Amino acid sequence: MFEKIVEIVVDQLGLDNADHITPKTSLMKDLEADSLDAVEIIMALEDEFDIEIPDEEAEKFKNIGDITKYIKENK
Amino acid sequence: MGNQLRPVGILGTGSYLPEKIITNHDIEKMVDTSDEWIVTRTGIKERRIADKDTATSDLATKAALKALEDANVSAEEIDLIILATLTPDMLIPATACIVQNNIGAKNAAAFDLEAGCSGFIYSLTVGKQFIATGMYKKVLVIGAEVLSKFVDWSDRNTCVLFGDGAGAVVLGETKEGMGMLSEHMGANGEGGKFLNIPAGGSKIPLSVSSIEERLNYIKMDGSEVFKFAVRAMHKASLEALKLSGHDIEDIDYLVPHQANTRIINSAMKKLKLDIEKVYVNLDKVANTSAASVPIALDEAIKQGAIKKGDLVLLVGFGAGLTWGASVIRWNK
Repeated sequence: MFEKIVEIVVDQLGLDNADHITPKTSLMKDLEADSLDAVEIIMALEDEFDIEIPDEEAEKFKNIGDITKYIKENK
Repeated sequence: MGNQLRPVGILGTGSYLPEKIITNHDIEKMVDTSDEWIVTRTGIKERRIADKDTATSDLATKAALKALEDANVSAEEIDLIILATLTPDMLIPATACIVQNNIGAKNAAAFDLEAGCSGFIYSLTVGKQFIATGMYKKVLVIGAEVLSKFVDWSDRNTCVLFGDGAGAVVLGETKEGMGMLSEHMGANGEGGKFLNIPAGGSKIPLSVSSIEERLNYIKMDGSEVFKFAVRAMHKASLEALKLSGHDIEDIDYLVPHQANTRIINSAMKKLKLDIEKVYVNLDKVANTSAASVPIALDEAIKQGAIKKGDLVLLVGFGAGLTWGASVIRWNK
């Protein structure tokens, strides 16, 4: 699950590799994603895992670990 | 007579933009924002704004006259005027009737159509039916907006996004296999809350308190609309292409609703369409809602980007929520 999420993040943000990405990594603080990048990542995750992640939930995510936990609990 | 549907094409196009330009730097002086922030998140650099005495019908009239001239059709030949707008001159009469009088289309029926930013594609689809069935010979379809008068210029999230303008097309019969091949329209009223102007209608009439609460201005949930927009453009495009029997690789040129380059890029990535085949002018005009597709289409034609025989896809999305797409074998 975490590896798949990292793969999507890397693809969406056009990163060279997934080095240094851990569950503690923040999309906006560490990977310099802006708010629309974050929306695009959420959309890609929704499509990949066939779930809906409401805005008010997405706003609470602090890092990739939070995203992984939410998807595991709601899938 | 007979039951055979007639092929319908766009015989001419026209557009008009107000002269006054408001740049991102101008907006920096009005709200807490920056040119860099606006450009990276929207692609918009400047927008055109109507002056205080100019109404939607004024812009629509100028665009309509250009389209008539381009089509070599006189105003008296027009049987029907459909005007797509969410910023009418008044609640009544319909802005289409004001334009009918302005251009002297005395033989035309006239009505407005409100489908948010999808309004032009909806209107094109509606107008086509009258010619296809043979009820009418010439239909004038206009998209026109003066959004600047409905934008909250103290809300930095929305005031940077919109502009004013008008575009028009004349529809008429064309050769078999040419013109408007297929259309798709859709709506999801559950998402209406994400993009609206709450006050000024029968639910919340204009009053001192509704104006003090600034409910007479455009309200938008940006990230919800972004998600909807990308998916709607993707879905609407595929639906229309399925109906016309084409694949995305067959498209020579795509003219999308001009809301945001990030939305367009994301949707094109999903569609797997080369961005070189997509017309974008929102850097200069911002989001002109129902006027955006006909303005972009007119510019693309006048610049020679769209040529006779090209397979063109128009696609839009907007308040409602609504979406629409149209596949056209360019006939002119």
